[in-house]
Amino acid sequence: MKNNILIEAENISVIRDKKEILQDINLTIHKKDFITILGPNGAGKSMLLKCLLGFFKPNNGHIKKSEDLKISYTPQDFTIDKSMPITALDFIMLNKKVKKKEISNILNELNIEDLIHKQLSVLSGGELQKILIARSLVDSPNLLVLDEPTQNLDVSGQLNFYKFLNKIYYEREISILMVSHDLHMVISTTKKVICLSNHICCSGEPSKITQDPEFINLFGHEFADMMSLYKHDINHNHIGKDND
Amino acid sequence: MIDSFILNALIAGICVSIIAGGLGCFIVWRKMAYFGDSLSHSSLFGIAIGIVLGFNATIGTFITCLIFATLLTFLQNKKILSNDTLLGILAHASLSIGIIAISLSNQYINLDAYLFGDILTVTKEETLWFISSAIFVSCMLFLIWEKLVLITINENIAIAEKINIKLIQSLFLVLLVIFVATCVRIVGILLITSMLIIPAAAARQISRSPGKMAIVSGLLGIISILVGVYLSIIADIPTGPSIIFVLTAIFTLILLSIRRY
Repeated sequence: MKNNILIEAENISVIRDKKEILQDINLTIHKKDFITILGPNGAGKSMLLKCLLGFFKPNNGHIKKSEDLKISYTPQDFTIDKSMPITALDFIMLNKKVKKKEISNILNELNIEDLIHKQLSVLSGGELQKILIARSLVDSPNLLVLDEPTQNLDVSGQLNFYKFLNKIYYEREISILMVSHDLHMVISTTKKVICLSNHICCSGEPSKITQDPEFINLFGHEFADMMSLYKHDINHNHIGKDND
Repeated sequence: MIDSFILNALIAGICVSIIAGGLGCFIVWRKMAYFGDSLSHSSLFGIAIGIVLGFNATIGTFITCLIFATLLTFLQNKKILSNDTLLGILAHASLSIGIIAISLSNQYINLDAYLFGDILTVTKEETLWFISSAIFVSCMLFLIWEKLVLITINENIAIAEKINIKLIQSLFLVLLVIFVATCVRIVGILLITSMLIIPAAAARQISRSPGKMAIVSGLLGIISILVGVYLSIIADIPTGPSIIFVLTAIFTLILLSIRRY
């Protein structure tokens, strides 16, 4: 395995109830990659993440992981049962070998210092999402895996989130693998897009992918045209710097 | 001066409360009340085997509960039946087989003692077993605590962070089996789960962290043992139900007195 490769997946196939959810997927995640997986519902996006993370063993194929791989994962459907009493801060620090002082910059950047002493079970979906992101950054992972991270955020929350993601991508030696539906945000943030519809339809730089016939086929002409307008930098926003 | 049989009973009861404090929280968080119930029902089968084959009932209970827990986990993973159906079948099947085995053994066995516990007959030798169980379970639980809490909150995050969840969950099951095997003597098969659930449920109302919930739960268990044993002696009522009655009273008082948040 080459030095700069974190995960290498070869010929991954998943069959469930006689249906091929993933067909012959080949995917390599390098150090400093920023990959977004796009695709319609039922395209197998979450299943691909599950295979890469080891939650699910594919029917065929191999997944090789580098020895120094340190993954942080933010799940799509995170809920906390009311029977579990835990503050946001205790959850962020849970099973992490760091001190509170060391994470103060993360809390600061995400603007969640007011939230950390609240019980996790009383937080809103958006607040919970921020706590999950904060937790995933503690302990310096080298691969951040995010499954639809902005689904509970409003528009300005989404914009701030992608700005933040962009910032940590450039500031830290980190790779990002994300499943997202926010196509317009993705196009201006990510470095590589993979279009999935049970198989990899097309992949490449966001600006080029919108011209790909497979992309147009998957998302439609109008959408592809609209997407090509969203090439400007994420830092250039018209909403202002206030957050949600 | 406390009579030695009461002292033994209190030592055994306190040890069981300490174990139940930590484990009970996980039973509540992981919604395993029915699992605990089924596991304790299966212990009667172990007691019967122990008596028939002539070895210690506690060891018999430990072995059968361990086999039962492994079988249950295996079948749960197969997802052939829904969990509660599976638990219902296995729990009552093993309870029935246990009672049949005891009745066929041709030995006089005080079934009540196993169904409702008999803390006042705990011997000095047995208290050593209770003390070592309490120390072992507490230490093990302390070691896996953070990982088990994380697995309980979200298994996938734990897997991504390279936690061996099968190992940690198996260890938890072993600790639970040790608890059932020791607790049968205290409150009996039918009341074991309440020793796990009620203190934890009461502690939840007044705790803001998982660790504190476990400590408060253990303390409430100890109080209920002390008051329950005292009540059973002065009122001449069965000790197991007396302990659970006190626990329920504590739970109700806490529930009525706290401000909901």
